[in-house]
Amino acid sequence: MTESSLANAAGMIVGEGERATTSVSTRAKPYMNPYMSGVGIGLVLLLAFVIMGRGLGASGALSSVVATGMQAAAPGHAAGNLPYAAYLGDGTQSPLKDWLVFEIIGVTLGGLLSAVIARRFRWSIDRGQRTTDRTRLKYAFVGGAIMGVGAKFARGCTSGQALTGGALLSVGSWLFIIAAFAAGYAAAPLFRKQWT
Amino acid sequence: MSAPFYEFGLIGDNAGLMVALVLGVGFGFFLERGGLGNALKLSAQFYLTDLTVLKVMFSAIVTAMLGLFWLSKIGLVDLSRVYLLPTFVLPQLLGGAVFGLGFVMGGLCPGTSCVSASSGRIDGLALLGGMLFGILVFNEAFPLFSGFYYSTDIGQVTIPQVLGVSYGVMVFVVVLAALASFHLAERLEMRARRSAGSAV
Repeated sequence: MTESSLANAAGMIVGEGERATTSVSTRAKPYMNPYMSGVGIGLVLLLAFVIMGRGLGASGALSSVVATGMQAAAPGHAAGNLPYAAYLGDGTQSPLKDWLVFEIIGVTLGGLLSAVIARRFRWSIDRGQRTTDRTRLKYAFVGGAIMGVGAKFARGCTSGQALTGGALLSVGSWLFIIAAFAAGYAAAPLFRKQWT
Repeated sequence: MSAPFYEFGLIGDNAGLMVALVLGVGFGFFLERGGLGNALKLSAQFYLTDLTVLKVMFSAIVTAMLGLFWLSKIGLVDLSRVYLLPTFVLPQLLGGAVFGLGFVMGGLCPGTSCVSASSGRIDGLALLGGMLFGILVFNEAFPLFSGFYYSTDIGQVTIPQVLGVSYGVMVFVVVLAALASFHLAERLEMRARRSAGSAV
């Protein structure tokens, strides 16, 4: 499934240059049907279970990046503190030689690939019309920091807990899903101006 | 055939990293295809005007859950060798709530922020930077709340185990819940489109 879509994707990229010169339209293509996109992600997740015996993730890769940075900046501090040490391994290889780190590099490349094929790649800032770029970036940074803390307490994020743990019917993962969306809806009125 | 292949030693560590890269490409590709690199689309989930997040997430969960259920039923996958994260009740409830607050504020989650950034969005990049900072803060402050972090540990448990129902029944219930939520999502979107139309 993944390989065949990649093959299609590669074929489409090759054709892209020619089409751009012959076609008048360079408009972004519409998004895929969300149910189809979900089934695609589900099949990728299923392949991860079958091949590796583990699911997908995202925040774990960021923890590896932070631990690697701290190891470079203050090796003693990183080795002596569990939240870093847990991501540093036995020291025989780089902590970035990690399953989730490779997976998240793939996610980044896959997003780029899909955006380029669909002519959706744009340097831009997504925000509501009632806010400014500057405010949006501030909220994105602070929201990201809050999410980083939340994902650490929850031992995962929407990928590792909600998708992976959700499909495995893990108790903690479904608690995470319920708590995350309940809090999201409860806090939504505070941020309405950011988005609508 | 015995799966998971990695668990049965059929593929090694380095091959596993290549698998990670390829599966990651697939994951990111379908996230972007579905519009989940777009913070406006994700945040609309919380204002009930566009429920793409629910549709993508729940259909992905159902697809993987059904696939794994049937593959284990016919003996192809040894379910006991698929890693299940342990449950820590209170830390995961609190972590989930904090995560949800950050989600509606930032408009993206960790995986989708990578896709947002790689499709050219600066806000995705800012959110990624924020997350690295948040993780750093958590790590530095960890001794203050390490007791809470390890509290209410109930181990690797699944919902059917806790409720005392069979795996198959639970899978069926989740499929029904997904179908009901899809139906509700379509109705909410229709209502949102109608009110947007009348406002113009």
